[in-house]
Amino acid sequence: MKTKNKLKTEYKPVIGLEIHLQPKTKSKIFCSCSSEYFGKAPNTHTCPVCLGLPGALPVPNKKAIELCMKLALALNCEINKESKFDRKNYFYPDLPKGYQISQYDQPIGKEGFVEIDIHGDARRIRMTRVHMEEDTGKSIHRGNETLLDFNKSGVPLIEIVTEPDFSSKEEVDIFAKRLRQIIRYCEISDADMEKGQMRYELNMSMRKEGEKKLPDYKIEVKNIGSISVLQKVIDYETKRQTEALEKGEKLIQETRGIKDMSGVTLSQRVKEGSADYRYFPEPDIPLMSFDKDIIEQIRLTIPELPQEKKWRYVNEYKIEIDTAEVIVSNKSLFTYFEQVLERLKDTKLAQNAANWIVGDLRRLSKKYNVKINESKIKSVYLAELVELIDSGKLRSNVAKEVLTKVFKTGNSPSQIIKESDLGMIENKGELEQVVKKVIGSNQKIVDDYKNKNPNAIKFLLGQVMRETRGQADPIVAKQLLEKLIK
Amino acid sequence: MKNLYELTIKEAAELLKKGEISSFELVQSCLKQIKKVEPEIHAYITLNEERALEQAKEIDIRRKKHEKLSDLAGIPYSAKDVYCTKGLQTTAGSKVLEGYIPQYTATVISKLNDVGAILLGKTNCDAFGFGTSTEHSGYGVTKNPIDTERVPGGSSGGSAAAVQYGGGLFSIAEDTGGSIRCPASFCGVAGLKVTYGRVSRYGAISYASSYDTVGPIAKNTEDLAMILEVIAGHDPHDATSSNEKVQDYSKLLDRSIKGLKIGIPKEYFQDGLDEEVKEIVEKAIEKYKSLGCEIKSISLPYTEYAIAAYYVVGLSEASANLARFDGIRYGPQEKGENWMDIITSSRGKGFGEEEKRRIMIGTYALSAGYADEFYKKAQKVRELIKNDLLRALKEVDIILTPTMPVLPFKFGENDDDPLKMWLADAYTVTLNPSGLPGLSVNAGWSKDGLPVGMQLIGPHFREDLLLNFGHKYENEK
Repeated sequence: MKTKNKLKTEYKPVIGLEIHLQPKTKSKIFCSCSSEYFGKAPNTHTCPVCLGLPGALPVPNKKAIELCMKLALALNCEINKESKFDRKNYFYPDLPKGYQISQYDQPIGKEGFVEIDIHGDARRIRMTRVHMEEDTGKSIHRGNETLLDFNKSGVPLIEIVTEPDFSSKEEVDIFAKRLRQIIRYCEISDADMEKGQMRYELNMSMRKEGEKKLPDYKIEVKNIGSISVLQKVIDYETKRQTEALEKGEKLIQETRGIKDMSGVTLSQRVKEGSADYRYFPEPDIPLMSFDKDIIEQIRLTIPELPQEKKWRYVNEYKIEIDTAEVIVSNKSLFTYFEQVLERLKDTKLAQNAANWIVGDLRRLSKKYNVKINESKIKSVYLAELVELIDSGKLRSNVAKEVLTKVFKTGNSPSQIIKESDLGMIENKGELEQVVKKVIGSNQKIVDDYKNKNPNAIKFLLGQVMRETRGQADPIVAKQLLEKLIK
Repeated sequence: MKNLYELTIKEAAELLKKGEISSFELVQSCLKQIKKVEPEIHAYITLNEERALEQAKEIDIRRKKHEKLSDLAGIPYSAKDVYCTKGLQTTAGSKVLEGYIPQYTATVISKLNDVGAILLGKTNCDAFGFGTSTEHSGYGVTKNPIDTERVPGGSSGGSAAAVQYGGGLFSIAEDTGGSIRCPASFCGVAGLKVTYGRVSRYGAISYASSYDTVGPIAKNTEDLAMILEVIAGHDPHDATSSNEKVQDYSKLLDRSIKGLKIGIPKEYFQDGLDEEVKEIVEKAIEKYKSLGCEIKSISLPYTEYAIAAYYVVGLSEASANLARFDGIRYGPQEKGENWMDIITSSRGKGFGEEEKRRIMIGTYALSAGYADEFYKKAQKVRELIKNDLLRALKEVDIILTPTMPVLPFKFGENDDDPLKMWLADAYTVTLNPSGLPGLSVNAGWSKDGLPVGMQLIGPHFREDLLLNFGHKYENEK
């Protein structure tokens, strides 16, 4: 008899992803209807082309193809110099032409990779392909009837297919986040999950640990709308498939859908072999050829990507890896950080600035729902704050208060320090007065100190700091205490 | 004087310009002829009578105000029922679209409307262009006005018949494998299959997208030239339409063809060619010789594979193009338990036998395990056929062949053997896979008074040359 614990460790998941992404274009992929369909009244964004009416013809949207190529390049793909659209044939009520215009054997991009860091180790996740296709309409089931909304029909989609290179949900999570960052960095899409602009499809099976061969079955889970649900689905499927395999069941090719946000999946369709979509070249759209110049022109529009940026921060500015990861995760964070860097007189303080950004600033920006780079804390103010602390003119704990005030008022740190009297007590005479007062009113503790109780001085120092609302330099205060007690 | 419906476009345009006739009279004359002949011939599926008379009045008013009008202004015409016409039923000749009223108008029809041509109605055809005889329409057959026991040819049989009997001065038809040239030949009129991309396909219900071409049928080449000047040109709604310059075809009709070379492909004059057709076409060749043309025998060795390659690719595309007729958004819908039921029963009832045959063949040719053997191989053969023709067109200026290997045949003659019917397309189908233009003009008449057409084939976008050659012949006849 095997124990349950032992069984659990025996199988590991093999995972590949397919991601559908709606690029940011004004119009749909083959007609001039607006592609901003989210929340619009049904069937108000339609025309003969996206309704698939007889005689209507598709004319490809150049911008959509350029964005697809830009993403393919950002994912280190090779660009097919000759590319074309193909028809994928199947019947479904929300597929108005009876075929979907997609790409089959000559996708825009192929054989790329994304580098991610897993526990400090760099790993490459291989991209099989990046291609362009059209979205379908939407079926809305209501009791006995089904309603069709074609606003979504013909909205451009970029499909990204990875190799089955993931073996844990953690890897999937890191990759999914990195991919979303790349998409946003390149301004290919807002990748707004709530608007359905990015959807995941999971291809997953389990194999015995150490096994190299791919399992002879694959479970597809379609239409996953967020990274967190994706994580839950992987958990659910890991458990479900492992239990089935443990029981000696044979798993087969199957398409499953998610029941709700809990990650539970339900069988939709069992595939006998693979579906025959009878792909063939779309005769209504001429072949596309991309010369070197076009490809290079598009490559030039790709900004520094998160992975490069992160390692540049680590190497050039000695930023801690985890901090760098947080900063590159978000455009407003890294934009702000880079502005602060420009204003710092000494980049040795970069880590300090980074700490403030990922700590207090991020907390404030979340609390008040303001983007950091659009908040009242101008980058020059954070640079000033960091420098004030470094030069000993402001204590860290007081600095927190100063920062909050800058955030609220938009005044410079030095102005706030001046107005609120939050600077360090630099006048020794002033500090001496306070120290004398503390000694005078704590005679018992002073005696303890004289009797070599080491804790006594800490208490006295605490009293001095309280009296000065933290504005005293503790080292100077301690020296003064020791001097005056003797 | 001729009846008004008997006029050519050129003649009518001159009379209209001089104010000797009105467009209203012209349209009325055609409509009267339609009323008289239609019960027997049945060239039309839908008439646009009221609107046509209104439009004629509008044009007459504009003409009286001395507005500058196109030669086609006030000229009545028909359109094959594969062109979408906003507000006017469009069926593609199939029951699957019965009662369908499009919400937009095809580019070619818009262009004609814009210059003031007057649409009389929509003409009958083999459903989706699937045929050589107009026997495969969901709305009954069209008879050949020259001999009502015989077919008018197809698939644009209604268009050619209407032009022949005067039910409109011209027709806009569609050619995927001979659908303009065949009926033009069988009805003794002129038809032009344009270079692929010359005229926009937007709004033309697709048969085989990479073969489909939009072109005119008229009484003679002079009229064809006038129509082509209006309908040709790039269309932002059709990605396959060309930017190639549109020429003044009418002005190029009278150029001398002396010294130009005509290629006669020997493969087109072998077994299967009707003796009488052969004789008449050979006489036409002699005529060209007398006009100073050089006649050269050429060879197009891939001709024998043309039919097979044509059908495999064409029907593959057709099988996908016809997938949208699912009864869900337009056309008659059958009842069903679920969506799959609704789709299958609507298609099962709406499509005719020939449509089903072609959808099944196309689906089969694209299926996994067969696509390499059929679709992909046929695409390779298609390239060979194209290269064959292009190579020949480097040696000669144009190629001349009979349009059809046979005289117009009788109804039902090919019912038992669909393949025999398909073989009748042997001389026309090669142009669609290669994208080349082809003109069918009447070459002469058989002893029994049946028309024989000849086909002129030229390089891509050389419609000017074909019309020039056709016009010279018509003038000499």
